[in-house]
Amino acid sequence: MLLRIIQDIALMSGIGILLALIMVIAQRWLSNYGEVAININGKRDLTVTGGSSLLSSLGEKQIFLPSACGGRGTCGACKCKVLEGGGPILPTERPLLTKSEMADNVRLACQVKVKNDIQIQIPEDIFNIRRFHSQIEEIVDYTYDIKGITFKLLDGETIDFKAGQYVQIETQPYAKIKEKVMRAYSISSKPEIKDRIQLIIRYVPEGICTTWVHKYLKVGDKVYFTGPYGDFYLRDTNADILFVAGGSGKAPIKSMLEHLKEVGTTRKMTYFFGARSTKDLYLTEEMRALEEHFADFKYVPVLSNANAEENWQGKTGYVMPYFKEAIHDPQNTEAYLCGSPGMIAGVKKSLINDYGVAEEKIYYDSFG
Amino acid sequence: MDISAFVLFWAAIFTSNILLTNFLGMCSYLSVSREIESAFGLGIAVIFVLTVTSALNWVVYHYLLVPFGIVYLQYIVFIIVIAAFVQFLELVIERYTPALYYSLGIFLPLITVNCAILGVSLFMIIRNYNFIQSVAYGVGSGIGWLLAILMLAGLRRKLKEKLVPIGLQGAGISLIITGIMALAFVGFSGIVQIQ
Repeated sequence: MLLRIIQDIALMSGIGILLALIMVIAQRWLSNYGEVAININGKRDLTVTGGSSLLSSLGEKQIFLPSACGGRGTCGACKCKVLEGGGPILPTERPLLTKSEMADNVRLACQVKVKNDIQIQIPEDIFNIRRFHSQIEEIVDYTYDIKGITFKLLDGETIDFKAGQYVQIETQPYAKIKEKVMRAYSISSKPEIKDRIQLIIRYVPEGICTTWVHKYLKVGDKVYFTGPYGDFYLRDTNADILFVAGGSGKAPIKSMLEHLKEVGTTRKMTYFFGARSTKDLYLTEEMRALEEHFADFKYVPVLSNANAEENWQGKTGYVMPYFKEAIHDPQNTEAYLCGSPGMIAGVKKSLINDYGVAEEKIYYDSFG
Repeated sequence: MDISAFVLFWAAIFTSNILLTNFLGMCSYLSVSREIESAFGLGIAVIFVLTVTSALNWVVYHYLLVPFGIVYLQYIVFIIVIAAFVQFLELVIERYTPALYYSLGIFLPLITVNCAILGVSLFMIIRNYNFIQSVAYGVGSGIGWLLAILMLAGLRRKLKEKLVPIGLQGAGISLIITGIMALAFVGFSGIVQIQ
């Protein structure tokens, strides 16, 4: 009886192993596309091993297209132009591409497989994006659910970025989470500091990355991040500035203000910060100090849910009605918005319709 | 069983349609029938996989499982053979015919879990078909499945312009349509009996 059981198990495993072996050989022999060339913007040529996605092939060569979902084809951040050799548009890409993008050869880099020589076009800025190895230097609690985390770059590296841009940090597996994820956060430190960056991260219940940051990350831990990304950065003009932020949206604005302090400015600036209650306010003293420092800068916190016992003397409700004290010359006003998609949409609409600010002068960074 | 392979082939399409009389392969039938093009692509892939896996599994059963007396493991072995073959097929198609891969290859992973494929392998063993009969039954079942999904996709396209009660939209109305089509197909069953 026992012999019979062992024999059957052996046979079964034999069949399994045989098929697995065939698969491994097939994979080796069929999915081997040899060396292929990726030509970027008609100038740079890369040689990579064919068979994997365009996104990961570029990543191997230290060229990092933005990608929030990590290559699963759900975020659409890794769009790039594939001029030749990308094959037809896949059904997995269609939902994330507009008609004009399809006509313009725009593809999702995570879905395009590099099987032959391929020609692509990406913004030059992307060459500036690198992967940095860093160590956690400091973690400060700003509020009960918002932490400021300082990453010191290792190996003597430095990062060049514009105030307002963001990086993507890579989480490590923890507790029940087995996969690594990439999540985007704006840099809150000024660009003049090149050997470290600070991020402001708010805890989101059940959030894979924020739980990791808030509950598991310690000073001294090593973290990889890529960047800098994004076209939300301070424009060098003389226009008046309206900053509007909510929650952890303070990060890029903090970077912009500290940068302006460094270079000096006489621009008229007003900063509206929307929060729920007094316990969500942070960095208030730093903002008051900046009010003293700049010629014309006002920091206006606005609470939406201030209750009576908090004894809040400041402004309440939505931020929009208070813009009229800040906007004097709508044609000559730039607005920088950072916060939830709902807040951005509301503020943007109000700025255009109620205050007459030009749409192309409204810059925003929305937490998707 | 001494039914000729030719009769078996037609019977598998009409009188014993794998989908409409055995109700196998329902999940991809319901989910990929929104557009006629993709329904057709998936149907062609099912025909191909059914044909080859019924032949493969017949050989595996009669020359491996029976001699070694492990017939009771047929479910697991059949599933592994189907999964490995589909995976292999996907690699081959992707490598040699990119055009085919884009129209058909993306459906292949869906087929591994299509119960019609396993159903055909099991039926041919239960009903004692010989090799030729098995292959004929495999091809016929595949064509029958394609016919059923194409009919549903066509009807669903027409339905898009019709008012359907909210509670029945989507899978609800599709299942009712399938039931009515199945009734019609039962009408054929007097012609020839294979099960």
